[in-house]
Amino acid sequence: MSRPFPEAAREALENTQLRHNLRVATHTIRGKRNAVVSEVPDWEALRDQGARIKEAAMRHLDGHLEQLERSVTAAGGTVHWARDADEANATVARLVREAGSREAIKVKSLATDEIGLNEALAREGITAHETDLAELIVQLGHDRQSHILVPAIHRNRAEIRELFRRELPGTEDLTDEPAALAEAARRHLRERFLSVGVGISGANFAVAETGTVCVVESEGNGRMCTTLPRVLITVMGIEKVLPRFADLGVMLQLLPRSSTGERMNPYTSLWTGVTPGDGPEAFHLVLLDAGRTNVLADPIGRQALHCIRCSACLNVCPVYERTGGHAYESTYPGPIGAILTPQLQGLAAAPTLPWASSLCGACYEVCPVKIDIPSVLVHLRGRVVREAKGDGWRARVAGERLAMEAMARVFASRRRYEAAQRAARAGAWPLSRGGKIERRLPGPLAGWTQARDLPVPGASFRDWWRRERA
Amino acid sequence: MRVALFITCVNDTLFPDTGRATVRVLERLGHEVVFPLEQTCCGQMHANSGYQLEAVPLVRRFARVFGDPSYDAVVCPSGSCAAMVHDQYARLAELSGDEELARAVTAVAPKVHELSQFLVDVLGVEDVGAYFPHKVTYHPTCHSLRLLKVGDAPLRLLRNVRGLRLVELPEATTCCGFGGTFAVKNADTSTAMLTDKLRSVLDTGAEVCAAVDNSCLMHIGGGLSRQRTGVRTVHLAEILAGTE
Repeated sequence: MSRPFPEAAREALENTQLRHNLRVATHTIRGKRNAVVSEVPDWEALRDQGARIKEAAMRHLDGHLEQLERSVTAAGGTVHWARDADEANATVARLVREAGSREAIKVKSLATDEIGLNEALAREGITAHETDLAELIVQLGHDRQSHILVPAIHRNRAEIRELFRRELPGTEDLTDEPAALAEAARRHLRERFLSVGVGISGANFAVAETGTVCVVESEGNGRMCTTLPRVLITVMGIEKVLPRFADLGVMLQLLPRSSTGERMNPYTSLWTGVTPGDGPEAFHLVLLDAGRTNVLADPIGRQALHCIRCSACLNVCPVYERTGGHAYESTYPGPIGAILTPQLQGLAAAPTLPWASSLCGACYEVCPVKIDIPSVLVHLRGRVVREAKGDGWRARVAGERLAMEAMARVFASRRRYEAAQRAARAGAWPLSRGGKIERRLPGPLAGWTQARDLPVPGASFRDWWRRERA
Repeated sequence: MRVALFITCVNDTLFPDTGRATVRVLERLGHEVVFPLEQTCCGQMHANSGYQLEAVPLVRRFARVFGDPSYDAVVCPSGSCAAMVHDQYARLAELSGDEELARAVTAVAPKVHELSQFLVDVLGVEDVGAYFPHKVTYHPTCHSLRLLKVGDAPLRLLRNVRGLRLVELPEATTCCGFGGTFAVKNADTSTAMLTDKLRSVLDTGAEVCAAVDNSCLMHIGGGLSRQRTGVRTVHLAEILAGTE
């Protein structure tokens, strides 16, 4: 089990540099998104279409995946099915070895982060080089990514400069100009692009009817990884399949505007199997389940699988903006992570994440495929309360359950409710000063009174009504 | 109109002035206000904390108390609790498997209105004849904004209050960090969000921060009070109730 979110969040909140970096970054990207979304007159209709496409894809997922396998195979690729992380990692390691390589270059991929592919390959003596600039920063710093799209959002350029000077040879005179930093990374990466024979990618989409795989990126390093090596291995969650090629037309309008706030991203790579004399000689598609079919069984929770990983929900989330991604202790942070991680890994693995939200609804408002994240959060809270087992969690819930049941009994009867109002008044009065409680209280209200005064109940509204009106 | 007041447990217990103000405004506009004493809590705290099954009896109670056909409307001085009825009651009724409850909820929900929405959208009134000689900033609460979609109804009402100087709140639509039990379960994150909201409020130079939810105002006001800022929080109803 990961650390409880409130505990991990507290650590992040104490880091003022992190909070400054996050505030600047999320506000910038939010502004860009707003600008390019507001110029699309039919944005809401487009969101509806996106939601419908994903719904249709999930409804007949089995059929679409089998069609995808047939299409990829017909185009000269090979499809591998992986039930869980171990199966996927073992398949990729075997494919790299069979290609006669001890190294692989990687385009940024959340699915491979989710299954811990780099670590699994390292155990097999295979080195995976991240080529996305931000992923490279994370890898060089032995750090963890903190954002779906901008994995190093928690680092500013001064910090990156220090990291490069430490880790990359020949960068003693490096400045913190973005262009200089990018140039240093480029020199480092070009060598690998030209020398490593195996590429590993994720996939944004794969089209069942054609077998076409799509990767959307900004730097072009992904295209290097998918075109230069002799062997290309793509690891893709099964929920990424789209039924028809035309569906890409909708998704490629929704994704860049929602994620980077661009009308179109700089590099969109599409490939279908292999083409002799052009690109990789062998293409392997690893289809990863890793808990996804379990998520499908939950009629409310399964919309989390519609996610296209744009990260708009992270950028608008007031919780993410304060805590950053590390506090979620999950590959998928932010609001989408709070509903995806407990479902993929099991509720007991991340039982506090559904509570890592004030239910403000900003995420739902921006989601390009209209995932009702707040409703799923509330639904998952219910599931955790009803289903979560495991020592620590059960004990924690027990006290709360007693309180909630007691409150339910109070609210079930007018007599008990009015008695409770009187009791609250009598109990609060000795603690109050000038009509409010200013001191730090123990117990469940400690969290409130650490930073906020508390009003003291006086005569209730119904007391007044009965006296004056009834 | 015969209007039933859905006060909410928070207002009933902690903010009776808001209830009195709501009665005053509605009566000033010529409506009959009744207060069903059997009402308690709408069940939001239970439902949002994961105790959906425990919330069901409260949904049933609400539907019974406010289902009285003699009520033309049910008006609530809380966006969040009104949104609870609209957003969650149907799902909770479904969860209970009680079809009669589902029918009762479907019947009562359309009659339930948050106060500002009732005044502006149902009654078509933007000037309620109020007077409030203060500099005021308005915080749009998340549930009133994103679940109920009250839009600018509260602002229209405020703009027509005599003597009131309305100042715009920077980053107004960002959550204040209350979030029900979030405020205590994730107290540190909640406080970090509050700190930024307080700065926005103070930047306006307003004397009063207004909203349509006393729960959010209790959080914002609790912070303003702890920091001895001298800025007050006042529910919209209380501003609208003031006269010369």
